[in-house]
Amino acid sequence: MRYIEPHAHMVSRTTDDYERLALAGCCAVCEPAFWAGFDRSSPAGFYDYFCQLTEHEPQRAAKFGLQHYCWLCINPKESEDVKLAEEVIALIPQFIKRPNVLGIGEIGLNKNSRNELKILEAHVDLAARLGQLVLVHTPHLEDKLKGTRLILDVLRNEPRIRPERVIIDHVEEHTVGMVLDAGFWAGMTLYPETKCTPARAVDILETYGRERLWLNSACDWGVSDPLAVPKAARELKRRGHPETQVDEIVFGNPKKFLSQSPNFKLP
Amino acid sequence: MNRRQIVDLYFLEARSKLIDLAAFLDRAERAGGEDDFRMHALRAAFTQLLREPGEKSRAESVLLLLSDPTVEPLAQAPGKGATGAWPGNP
Repeated sequence: MRYIEPHAHMVSRTTDDYERLALAGCCAVCEPAFWAGFDRSSPAGFYDYFCQLTEHEPQRAAKFGLQHYCWLCINPKESEDVKLAEEVIALIPQFIKRPNVLGIGEIGLNKNSRNELKILEAHVDLAARLGQLVLVHTPHLEDKLKGTRLILDVLRNEPRIRPERVIIDHVEEHTVGMVLDAGFWAGMTLYPETKCTPARAVDILETYGRERLWLNSACDWGVSDPLAVPKAARELKRRGHPETQVDEIVFGNPKKFLSQSPNFKLP
Repeated sequence: MNRRQIVDLYFLEARSKLIDLAAFLDRAERAGGEDDFRMHALRAAFTQLLREPGEKSRAESVLLLLSDPTVEPLAQAPGKGATGAWPGNP
């Protein structure tokens, strides 16, 4: 089986996971910029992180035969500090042309605050000005519904952003419909407890169809499973979905969306 | 797949999760202490499990019951974490 892992925070994973991904059939892994679990103290911390995403991680992935791509931003959890966030956003243009950069992400909201919204809007403006794809994080747990609505309002109010060039990630049953109805792509994140399970993700695919949906593990430094996507593929097969449909969901769909970036090139 | 096949595939897993849920409720009661908004939220969500099929799926209804329904952005983020249920629900 071949697949693309469209959302994995490999800086927080060991090479054991690169090996597992490669053995499971992964051909490319895409890594959005995220919260490290602590607040970085200065824009210099983000500069180093962007260097890690665009220089070091691709080399680490290549040792296991994997292509590595990344997205750049300051994540929502660190967006409450508007001054810091604006300084970090100002760094992004000098990295955006690096060969493994796909776009701006994972931007979004965390606690749905005014400052987070302001920085989300700044990122969307940057993406529009630079013609970049956008990957959006929707908030956790009880904050997801409100945050998704606010995010959709921001995106719909930006006429320079085309919905087919935006993926809104971490959808669940109560948000997937509004994201797809608005014309955006929707990502289902397969976490052991706090987001979707493989069975629920397959339920969503069976309910809404396979268009503009992808699966990801979003594996990071917390409780997460880097093999969540192949396990979801196994769940699809268990339910009787043919190989062609499984391939479409775990390989074709991510390839379709990501190929909108000229940097995304599979061998 | 038909219903029988779905039940064959998932019943034991659902049974296990149900028992885990029951044991969690027992454990919380045994521990004593004040009630918690998260437990209120769970109890409200239980009502969705046995209802008749409706416009929304049960999973969607449960998630909506556990969600913050307000629409105005917060003046300031009150920390970074989420709890799994909205404290503003009665």
